[in-house]
Amino acid sequence: MALPDPCRGLDRVPIGSRAIVSEVRCERSTARRLMELGLLPGTAVRVVRVAPMGCPIELRVRDFSLSIRRAEAARVTVDQVG
Amino acid sequence: MHLAGNPNAGKSTLFNRLTGLKARVGNYPGITVERKAGPVRCAPGLDVELVDVPGTYSLSARSPEEQIAVSTVLGEVDGLPDAVVVVIDATALTRNLYLALQIMETGLPTVLALNMMDRARAEGLAIDASALSDALGTPVVPISASRGEGLDALREALSERLRAGDAMTGAAADVRTETSADGANAASAAGGAPLASAATCPRVAYGDAVEDAIDAVLPAIAEWRPDASGPAVRAWALWALLSLGDDELRGVPDAVRERVSAAHARAAGRGEDLDRAIIAARYALLDRITEAVVRRPEAERRSFTDRLDAVLTHRVLGLLVFAVVMYIVFEALFTWSAPLMDGIGDAVSWTQDAIKTGMAPGALQALLADGVVAGVGNVVTFVPQIAFLFLLLGFLEDSGYLARVAFVIDKAMSKAGLHGRAFIPLMGGYACAVPAVMSTRTIESRRDRLATMLALPLMTCSARLPVYVLIIATVFSSTHRVWGIFSEGALALFAMYAVSALSTVGAVAVMRRTVLRGPSPALVLELPPYRMPSWPTLLRTTWDRVRTFLVEAGTIILAISIVLWALLAYPKNPAVTARFDAQRAEAAQSVASPEARAAKLRALSAEEAGAQLDYSFAGRVGHAIEPALRPLGFDWRIGVGLIAAFAARETFVSTLGTMFGLANADETSQPLHKALATATNARGAPLMTPLAGVSLMLFFVFACQCMSTIAIVRRESGSWKWPLLMFAYMTVLAYGASFAAYQIGSALGWGLG
Repeated sequence: MALPDPCRGLDRVPIGSRAIVSEVRCERSTARRLMELGLLPGTAVRVVRVAPMGCPIELRVRDFSLSIRRAEAARVTVDQVG
Repeated sequence: MHLAGNPNAGKSTLFNRLTGLKARVGNYPGITVERKAGPVRCAPGLDVELVDVPGTYSLSARSPEEQIAVSTVLGEVDGLPDAVVVVIDATALTRNLYLALQIMETGLPTVLALNMMDRARAEGLAIDASALSDALGTPVVPISASRGEGLDALREALSERLRAGDAMTGAAADVRTETSADGANAASAAGGAPLASAATCPRVAYGDAVEDAIDAVLPAIAEWRPDASGPAVRAWALWALLSLGDDELRGVPDAVRERVSAAHARAAGRGEDLDRAIIAARYALLDRITEAVVRRPEAERRSFTDRLDAVLTHRVLGLLVFAVVMYIVFEALFTWSAPLMDGIGDAVSWTQDAIKTGMAPGALQALLADGVVAGVGNVVTFVPQIAFLFLLLGFLEDSGYLARVAFVIDKAMSKAGLHGRAFIPLMGGYACAVPAVMSTRTIESRRDRLATMLALPLMTCSARLPVYVLIIATVFSSTHRVWGIFSEGALALFAMYAVSALSTVGAVAVMRRTVLRGPSPALVLELPPYRMPSWPTLLRTTWDRVRTFLVEAGTIILAISIVLWALLAYPKNPAVTARFDAQRAEAAQSVASPEARAAKLRALSAEEAGAQLDYSFAGRVGHAIEPALRPLGFDWRIGVGLIAAFAARETFVSTLGTMFGLANADETSQPLHKALATATNARGAPLMTPLAGVSLMLFFVFACQCMSTIAIVRRESGSWKWPLLMFAYMTVLAYGASFAAYQIGSALGWGLG
C-alpha cells in the first residue's frame, strides 16, 4: 500500500488504480467543467486507460467515462491511491 | 415545451419519437448552433411545440454557443416554455440529474424522462423511479427512447403537467417579482407562462457564503430580468456566479458583472471558492438522493464497452481499427458517391439535351439549359457526398466511436492546436470541402470550429484533381524519371498534396493566433457507452443536413451559377455569329456526305463558342486582369478559366477546351493537351511551360476557387464575414505562391522550355 501522498496529480495514478480527488486546481473554466461533470473534491475516480499515443487518459468517475489530457490531469490532485 | 438533456442521453432519438417526421431544423440567429422544433401530440386535442435544447451538461456558459441552453430554457429565445422535459441517462444518473436540478431550480415545471432503463437494468442497476420522483418533487417516467417504451406514459405525464401548469397560472403571478407582479393578466400577457410552485423543488443547501453571494447579485439580476419569476431570478443569480468572470458572453449588463466579481472576491478573501461551493452543494443533494433510489450490483461487472475499448483504443489494434474506419469514410466519399454523382451528371446532360431539342434555340433555351439546369446540377452533385458523410458520421457519433476517434488522435491533433474532433472534417476536406465544412459541427469550441472550417478548403479536394491531371499531362513528360524511379508528374502531384496538407495545418495555427485568438478550452471528452445507433434517427439527421444544404447553401450556389453562366455566355458578338452562320451555310452546301457535314458543323460551333467566349464579359475580364496574371505566368485565357472555375474547379478544364475550340474536352483528352502545349502567349512565347504549369497548380492549391465552399461557410458560420475572410486570405496566398514560384523560377531559368 502506497503512502498517502496529498500532492500527487491524477496523471501519476497508475492505470487501473483508484483515487479520491482532493483538489481541482485547473484553470477556472476547466475546473468548473470538470466539477460540473462530477469530478469534485471527495469523488472517487479510477484511471482506466491511456490513449495509444500516451495522451489523453480515460477516467471512470460517477458511472461514466471521461477523457482529459495529461496536462489537466496533473492539476487534479488526489489522495488515497490504491 | 422544451426538451433538454446531456449529450449522449438519447435526446435526439426521443425528439424524433415524439415529433415523428414533422420537425423543422434551423439555426439560432447569428450563431452556429442548430435549432430543432416540432409538434407533439400529448393527448387528443393537446398539441404542443417541442423545442430541442442543444445537448449540455450544465446551464452555465462561457461562450454564446453554450448560453443558448440557458437562454432557451429561460425563455429568452422564444418565450418561456410551459414545461421542460429533461432526458436522463439512467446509467449515469447523478451527472444527468445535475442538469435536471438546475432546470428545476428555475421554477419551470419539469418532467424527467428516465431513458436507457433497459441498459441500466442490464448493468445491474435498479432505479426506483417513484422514489426518485418523490425525492425530486417532479414526475419521473422510465422510458427507452430507442425501443419506444414508456412514451405513452411520458405523454400522459406531460399532459398532466401542462394542465396543472394552466391551473397554476393565476397563482404563479404571486411568486413573481415586484416589478411585474400586477396580477394574472401580466402572466397571460407574457404568454401565460405557468410556474411550478418553488416548494416542490428540493432546496439545495448552498451554505452561507453562496447565499450571501446570491443576495448580493439578486438586485442586479432582477433589474436585468424584470419579468423573471422569483425562482428564475435566483437561478439566474446562480448562473451568473458560475458563468461570469472569464467568459465571452454578450449582453450581460455591467452591473451584474460587477456584483458577481465582487462576490467572488469577497468569498476568496474568506478562503471560499464559490464555483466549488455551488457545484458541490448540488452534488451533495444529488448524491444523497441517488444513494436512496439506486441499488447497485454487489460487484461491478466489466461492461461490454470496457471490453470493446480494450481493443478499440489499444496501442496497436486501436490505431489499426482507426485507420480502417477512416479509410471506409474516405472510400464512401470518393468511391461510393462517384456513381451517384456520375448519375446526376448524366441526368443534367439528358435534361439539357431534352431542352435543346424540345425548345426553339435562343436566349431562354440557353438560360434554362446552360444556366438553370447546370446550376441545379452544381447543387445536387454535392448531395451524395453530404449524405454518405453524415450517415457515416452519424453512425460513428451515435455508436460512441466518434468520441474514441477524438481520444485516439487527440495527441497528434493537439500539436496543430486542435482537438481530436477536428480530424474527420480535415480528412473530409480531401474529398470535398462542402460536406467537410458541414461536419465541423461536431467540434464544440467555436474558435476551433471556425479555424477548422476556414482552413480545410486548403485540403486538396477531388475537384482539383482534374486540373492537376490536365496540367501535368500537358507540361510534364511521362517517360522521364527523376532518380530513375519517380515520374515528374507523380512527384509534382505529390508535392501539391503535401503543400496543401502543410498549409492547412499552418493556416489553423495562424488563425488561432490571430483572428481567432483565445484560449483553447481543455479537452473534456465523455466516452459514452457503445450502442447500436437508431437507423430512423440517422436517416432523419442525414436528411436534415441534405435539406439544409439544398435550401440554404443551394440557393446561393444556384444564383451564382446562373450569374457565372451569363458572364461566360454574354454578350455575343454579332459579327462572329454572322461569320459562323455564313460558314455553316457554306458547309451545308459544299460538304456532300452527311457524316462529314455533321462533323464540320460540330467543329464550327465549337470554334464559334471559343470566339464568343473571347467577346463575353468573362473574356473581357480575362483580358482586363491579364496584366495582374502575367507575373504568375498566366494569360487572359487562363484568367477566363479561373473565373469559370469559381462555379466548380473542374470547370476550368472544359472552359479551356471551349477556349481552344474543343467541345466536351476533359482532362485526359489528347487534343486539349496538344492545344495547350503548343499555345503561345501574345509575345509568341510558349504559354504552358513546366514553370507556368507549377505556378498554375500552386494557384489551385491555395485559391478559394469555389462558390459552393463560400456558400456553405456562410451558412455554417452564420455570417458573410468569415467566408469573405477565407476568400481573401486564400486568394492572397494563391497569388503570392504563384508569383513567388514563377518569378524565382524565371530568374533561375527553371522549367522555361
